[in-house]
Amino acid sequence: MTTTRAAPTRRRSAAEDQQRAPWPLAAPAAVAVAFLVLPLMGLLVRAPWSNLGQVLAESAVLDALRLSLVCATSATALSLVFGVPLAWVLARARFPGRGLLRALVTLPLVLPPVVGGVALLLAFGRRGIVGQYLDAWFGFTLPFTTLGVVVAETFVAMPFLIVTVEGAFRSSDRGFEEAATTLGASRLTVFRRVTLPLIRPSLIAGAVLCWARALGEFGATITFAGNFPGRTQTMPIAVYLALERDPDAAIALSLVLLTVSVAVLVAMRDRWLNTGAAA
Amino acid sequence: MRRIAAPLFALLAVAAWLAGCGGSNESAPAGGSASSSAPASVTGTINVFAAASLQEAFTKLGSQFEQEHAGAKVVFNFGPSSGLGQQITSGAPADVFASASTKTMDDVVKSGDAAAPTDFAANTMEMAVPPDNPAGVKSVNDLAKRSVKVALCDVEVPCGVVAQQVFDNAGVTVTPVTREVDVKAVLSKVSLGEVDAGVVYVTDVKAAGKDVDGVEIPADINASTTYPIATLTGSEDKATAQAFVDYVLSPAGASALQEAGFSVS
Repeated sequence: MTTTRAAPTRRRSAAEDQQRAPWPLAAPAAVAVAFLVLPLMGLLVRAPWSNLGQVLAESAVLDALRLSLVCATSATALSLVFGVPLAWVLARARFPGRGLLRALVTLPLVLPPVVGGVALLLAFGRRGIVGQYLDAWFGFTLPFTTLGVVVAETFVAMPFLIVTVEGAFRSSDRGFEEAATTLGASRLTVFRRVTLPLIRPSLIAGAVLCWARALGEFGATITFAGNFPGRTQTMPIAVYLALERDPDAAIALSLVLLTVSVAVLVAMRDRWLNTGAAA
Repeated sequence: MRRIAAPLFALLAVAAWLAGCGGSNESAPAGGSASSSAPASVTGTINVFAAASLQEAFTKLGSQFEQEHAGAKVVFNFGPSSGLGQQITSGAPADVFASASTKTMDDVVKSGDAAAPTDFAANTMEMAVPPDNPAGVKSVNDLAKRSVKVALCDVEVPCGVVAQQVFDNAGVTVTPVTREVDVKAVLSKVSLGEVDAGVVYVTDVKAAGKDVDGVEIPADINASTTYPIATLTGSEDKATAQAFVDYVLSPAGASALQEAGFSVS
């Protein structure tokens, strides 16, 4: 999709484009760069490179990695299935209290994750307002299960997807949808074959953001789902506990998570790091 | 109004997030400040790293200490002894370390951060169950049943180590549904009713009051752990640090610890 330009401004010369940053800006900028980059350098410098393979091959580490990947992907799938329709409703439907609803569903974005975990316990725990019925009727409780990990991660990550996709729905061109309707497409067909493809870049970006957030979740997971190797011990929890017993393993796990984060950034560079790009 | 609403909301959101991110128990700025001109005066601020199970007793001792020594301030960092020991050997600014196991203290001594620890209390284990004991837990053998959900401390944390000793003494295998980072986290899972039982210290059951019920572990299978305390070599206010250690070892300290349920020799 092309964007229409405003009235053309005077073309800047090449010399003007290459500005040297004035030092009141360059100095704080340099401090910011050092602050953000030094911890990553520390991780790389102190990593146990010589026995990295051996540390990573330990079954506890592999368990945590596998669990993290499975749960983050499941959480993203759940977020897509339930979050995209909600984003559409927030963007397009008109009803009283829509603003309040939007604020409520984005609340987990700013809520401290441990608070989210406590809230999940009070809702879905064994004595929770909904969880008690799950236990009484089905004998099933969410805490301390892998499904509980997925629920906790979905709670913290879904708002990211909703916010990204809602913005895309709001700014997408309705003209195409109207054209499809006049050509006889049903509302569901319009949604499936016109609306969704139009917002595909935002959808992918939102899903990746959601996945990355779910992968890194710690506070809500350990509070709601607890910690048990192979069942609920995700990578961030494994790193936290490994710090006490085996710092080398903690660093190795941290490296893995760092690699994943870098991969996400690289995949999303056109969208997030290139500020001039169109939506 | 609309123009400031969005930035204001964003600012509040960031403030709320930052408030939630800070996780330590410290309520005052950390770091031992230099004491006044007399080198032996006890008027500084000290950081005391103590096992989670000492929370109630030490908080009380800390405020008593502050009342007796005007100007002195005691800032606590409670947590699992193994984690605290790691923090100390990694350079965390601390003046006193009170651990729930001699092993964790030995590790800190070995790395040169502490010297001459003194044992000041001992603790034994008890089973904590939600009020009214919904799963009907009566003995350690009940914990081995598959239908009973048990929370335990992580294997490296002293309370997890001692709980395992109890199970070895009783000859049972207990598989928990969760291994928590410290004994207070186990206690909170029990009081929330999320698990049917947790193995914690007798002092924790006492401190929790009405929130949990206790089920005793017979003395013949129970195991105990010894609590050592030491000043740290990196302390910037050794006078105040030593004064606090002396206070813990004094009769006043002993009585507060006994009141909490610790056994003091």
